[in-house]
Amino acid sequence: MELSTNLWIWLGVFFTFSVLSFLYKDNPFYKLAEHVTVGVSIGYIIVLNYYQALQPKFLVPVFQEGKLVLLIPALLGIFMVFRIIPKYSWLSRYAICFTVGAGSGMAIPRSMQASVLRQLEATMLNLGFGSTAEINNIVIFIGVLSVLIYFFFSKEHKGVFGGVAKLGIWFLMVGFGATFGYTVMARLSLFIGRVLFVLQDALGINLAG
Amino acid sequence: MAKQQQEKSFWQKLIGIDRRVIYLIIALAMILPFFFQMGLPIPVTDEVKRVYDYVEGLTPTDCVVLSADFSPSVAPELSPMFEAVFRHCLKNKVKVLVISLLPQGPGLVEPVVQQAARDHRATNGVDYAFLGYQYGFSLVIMRMMENIEAAFPNDYYGTKTSDLPVMKNIHNYEEIDLIVSLTGSSNHRVWLTYAHEPYNVPVAPGVTAVIAADVYPYLQSKQFIGMLGGLKGAAEYETLIEEKKMASMGMEAQNWAHIVIILFIIIGNIGFFAIKRQERA
Repeated sequence: MELSTNLWIWLGVFFTFSVLSFLYKDNPFYKLAEHVTVGVSIGYIIVLNYYQALQPKFLVPVFQEGKLVLLIPALLGIFMVFRIIPKYSWLSRYAICFTVGAGSGMAIPRSMQASVLRQLEATMLNLGFGSTAEINNIVIFIGVLSVLIYFFFSKEHKGVFGGVAKLGIWFLMVGFGATFGYTVMARLSLFIGRVLFVLQDALGINLAG
Repeated sequence: MAKQQQEKSFWQKLIGIDRRVIYLIIALAMILPFFFQMGLPIPVTDEVKRVYDYVEGLTPTDCVVLSADFSPSVAPELSPMFEAVFRHCLKNKVKVLVISLLPQGPGLVEPVVQQAARDHRATNGVDYAFLGYQYGFSLVIMRMMENIEAAFPNDYYGTKTSDLPVMKNIHNYEEIDLIVSLTGSSNHRVWLTYAHEPYNVPVAPGVTAVIAADVYPYLQSKQFIGMLGGLKGAAEYETLIEEKKMASMGMEAQNWAHIVIILFIIIGNIGFFAIKRQERA
C-alpha cells in the first residue's frame, strides 16, 4: 500500500465522496461537485472545439489560406445564435432549414436501409420446430407481430386483436426487464470504477497481486 | 394477538428499512470482494466469442479501427473493453487505428494505449496509430471512406498521418477489416448506418450495459458481427485473451451486488405479501 502523492488524484477522491454523499442526503459538497462538473465539462468542450474545429477548419483556412467560401457556413452558424434575439430570430430559420435539409437527406436513406429494411428482412425467417434456431424464429416472429399490433391504435384492442396486443405487452415487459437488469449492472459498474480508483489510484492497494 | 402484532411490526419494519442502510449493505457487498477474491467463473457468451474469433482470425496485414467514442461517465465499463480488444490486436500483430469521435475519448484511452504498447513492445506509428479526436461525427465516418488521412490529417501527437509507417497501405474502408465502436450512447448505430451498410465494413459494438439490450436486434439481423456488453463483456474478453484485469476483478463485486439485490427483492416481496395477508386477516 502506497498512498498517492498526486494532488489531482486526491481531488478526484474528494469529488467522488462528495457525489456519493448525496446518497445520505443533499449537502453543499454534492452541490459543489455538481457545479464543478458542469463548469469543467463546458469549459473543456469549448476549448477543445476551438482547437479541434474552429481554428483548423475555419480560422486557418479563411485567414491564412484565403478560402472565403467558408464564410457562408460561418454566417449560417452565426444566424443560429440570433435565436436568442427575438427581433432577429427569424434569421436562425435559414440555418435550421439548411441543417435539417442536409441532415435529413444524409440520414433518411441510410437509416431506412440500416434500421428498417434490414430489420424487416431479419424477421422473414424459416419457421418450424426442427431445430432450436427455428423455434427461436417463431418466438421472434410472434414477438414482432404482437408488439406491432399493440402499437396499432386505429382499432380498439378487443377480442382476438386485443389478445394479441396483450401478448405484445408481455414481450415488451420482457424487453424492459432485460433493459432494467442491464441498467442495474451498468450503474454498479460505475460504482466499481470509483471503488477501484480510490483503492488503487489513491490508496495504492495492489488488488491484482 | 400480541404475537401477531409483533410479527406485523417486524415485516413493516423490514419493508420500511431506511434506504441508506440498503446502500451501505450493497456498498459493502461490492467493496469486500476486492479483498477476498473467490475466483468466481466468468462464462463467455456467444456474442463476445464471435468478436474474439473474428479478431483472432486477422493477420498482421489486417487493420482494426478502435473508436473510443466515450466520455468519463461511462469509462469504468468501456475502458477495460477498449484495453482488452487493443491488447488482443497487439498480441496478434494486427494494425490498429485508435480514433475518437468524442472529444474526451483520446484523453481517457491514452494511458491504456501507452501501457498496452509497452507491454506488447508495440510502437506508435509503426504497429498502431493514435489518431485522436476529430470533429464532425457522421461526417468523419463518411470522410474515412474517401480518405482516412483526410479525415485525420494529424495523429494525436501532431505527426502528419501520411508520414506514419502504419498507414502505408491503409487509405479507406477497403483496407479496414473491423471497426470496434466503444460507446455509451447510440454511436454504434452511426457506424452501422454510415460505414457498415454502404461499404460493408464489419462492425462490432462495445457498449455500456444500458445500451446492450438495444443491440440484440442488430445481432439477430447479423448487421453486427458480435457485441461486448458492459463490464461483463469486457471481463469475458479478458478471459478469452487470458489477461485478467480490471473488468474481471470488478465482476466479482458485480456478482455479489447482484446476489444482495436479488435477496432484497425477494425479502421485499415476501414482506409485501405478508403485510397484505395480515391486513386481510
